[in-house]
Amino acid sequence: MQTVLSIAIDALAYGMVLFVISIGLSVTMGLMRVVNLAHGAFAMIGGYIASYAARDLGLAYGFAVLLAIFGTIIIAVPIERLLYRRIYGAPELTQVLMTIGITFCIIGIANYVFGPTLKTVPLPGELQGSVDLGFRAIATHRIFAILCGLVVAAGLWYAIEKTAFGVKLRASVDNAAMAAALGVRTEIVYAVSFAVAVGLAAFGGVVGAELLPVEPYYALRYMVTFLVVVSVGGAGSIPGALVACLLLGAIDTTGRYLMPEFGEFFFYLAVIAIICVFPRGLAGRAKG
Amino acid sequence: MKRMILAAVAALAMGGAAYADTIKIGVVGPFSGPFALQGKNFKAGIDAYMALNGSKVGDDDIEIIYRDVPQADPAQAKALAQELVVKEGVQYLAGFYFTPDAMAVTPLLTQANVPLVIMNAATSAIVTKSPLVVRTSFTTWQTSTPIAKVAKDAGVSKVISVVSDYGPGVDAENAFKAGFEAAGGQVVEAIRMPLATNDFSPIMQRIKDSGAEGVFAFLPSGPTTLGFVKAFKENGLKDGGIKFFAPGDLTQESDLPALGEAALGIQTTFHYAVSHDSPENKAFVEAAGKAIGNPAELSFPSVGAYDGMHVIYKMIEATGGEQDAAKAVEAVKGLSWTSPRGPVSIDAESRHITQNIYLREVAKADDGTYYNKEIQTFEKQGDPGLAALK
Repeated sequence: MQTVLSIAIDALAYGMVLFVISIGLSVTMGLMRVVNLAHGAFAMIGGYIASYAARDLGLAYGFAVLLAIFGTIIIAVPIERLLYRRIYGAPELTQVLMTIGITFCIIGIANYVFGPTLKTVPLPGELQGSVDLGFRAIATHRIFAILCGLVVAAGLWYAIEKTAFGVKLRASVDNAAMAAALGVRTEIVYAVSFAVAVGLAAFGGVVGAELLPVEPYYALRYMVTFLVVVSVGGAGSIPGALVACLLLGAIDTTGRYLMPEFGEFFFYLAVIAIICVFPRGLAGRAKG
Repeated sequence: MKRMILAAVAALAMGGAAYADTIKIGVVGPFSGPFALQGKNFKAGIDAYMALNGSKVGDDDIEIIYRDVPQADPAQAKALAQELVVKEGVQYLAGFYFTPDAMAVTPLLTQANVPLVIMNAATSAIVTKSPLVVRTSFTTWQTSTPIAKVAKDAGVSKVISVVSDYGPGVDAENAFKAGFEAAGGQVVEAIRMPLATNDFSPIMQRIKDSGAEGVFAFLPSGPTTLGFVKAFKENGLKDGGIKFFAPGDLTQESDLPALGEAALGIQTTFHYAVSHDSPENKAFVEAAGKAIGNPAELSFPSVGAYDGMHVIYKMIEATGGEQDAAKAVEAVKGLSWTSPRGPVSIDAESRHITQNIYLREVAKADDGTYYNKEIQTFEKQGDPGLAALK
């Protein structure tokens, strides 16, 4: 019983970290219809900035996180204006080629600027160490990651479903020409959503850094995981992504405990099964 | 008669050319991509050797030609080695970070009349594939066997083995098991994890549930190591008194700043620590640190490359700059010298390096950095993996 509970907690923690890192990609892919393979690269930039701010400049953790989010957005906005704007509505293959190219460029630059070694984001005292749950210990930063995931999920859901901006965003996505005709400035809507998605990527990169350490190949190493979460959850759906992360986290963790020799067999088996039953993901919206 | 004249003419022509000739050495390694750091270490070791010992042997200039194989890719390694031999006319092949790459090149050596000096690839079998292979690095068996004795001496009799599921991981598992059972211990469970594991919490739960008093772990150096070592601490295993044993790949110097506090006190066995206290090593670290740019990036492949260059220089001396692979290899059999890692020699039979293996503990220096502190020496260790092959 203890073991079952223990696995459940690990699964929850892992799933929430996945969620925090992948949700930004769900926004770009689902709401903006851009297959952004450079998502991991933005998460990595966030990680590097936070690491630099906290380790080399000695700033407080919270400040480093903010700096990472806004720093990454500042880097990403020109990229959006110059490159991404050309591929909105372009065929998927064009988007994939462009974003994978951006990814390779960022990997090269990161390798050149920060070197090939691992970088960590030092945690503040409150998040270090572990909490004793009675039957086992769990790292405090994992609990922090779970909370961050919940806050992000609630905040995004509210912003997209309940605010005026969310309405404009959904309108622009479904029919850009009509939305523009009705006076919605779609360019600004897109730019803001892109910035939010990149900020979420950076936030995920920092919060998840304990699990997925920051190094130049981060951008490619975890790309498949991010894409899987989005496709299983259904692009653009916050609850879908949340359920997908918890489900995949549970399957992966249990599989790894019971039969580590099978590797990621169960993870991908589950992905295949879910995609067979729900081709658009658990909460995917039919294309309008 | 005709042939003799021809041979004489050829010898004259070649002799003329060999006088103040340039001898080329082809080095294959990962100089870009995820393993670029290890390639950089190759280059730093080679540069350090040439800075300290000159770039000439006798009258011959030495020229290094680098070729990049970013990830284990036997076909590409073989193609590049062929190109080095045929087009560039190298007299020596060296480098090789990954075993499959080295294995792919061994069939070329005899026909090409070129010795191969392995500067890293750590699977025992490579030296058996061709009589022209010499290795100056280590094998996973060589570094993993002594830790079994350390574990037993620490009073641990039940150990769970956790390794990454690939060649060297399996080697480490077998080496530890053989050593530990010979010492009277018991490996209660052996887990092989996929290389792409990010979250190690379930593995930690398995370790806890196995009831073992210690864990033996092997993962390739780099990002996964960090996750594993942190998970070990955060899931309460370290504080729960479970002892951690591993070969030194887990605490390579370039990973230590990231591992930090979590790695403190971990005991590993390995052939080289950058902190090794000897005048040879001081000179080496200074030269190699300058060559690599950032001394914190210095790690074990650099010393393999440094000693590899030593062996090649000796080969060139012995052959007088002529291309004679068999003579060159013959000349370094039994060669012994003082390397930055300590006293070493090339075993005449296996052509693998015999060296001291050190037990080290991750400790914190006065300036707040972490280093591998050598606390015990296992002298003159050969490669037990070769015996296991038979």
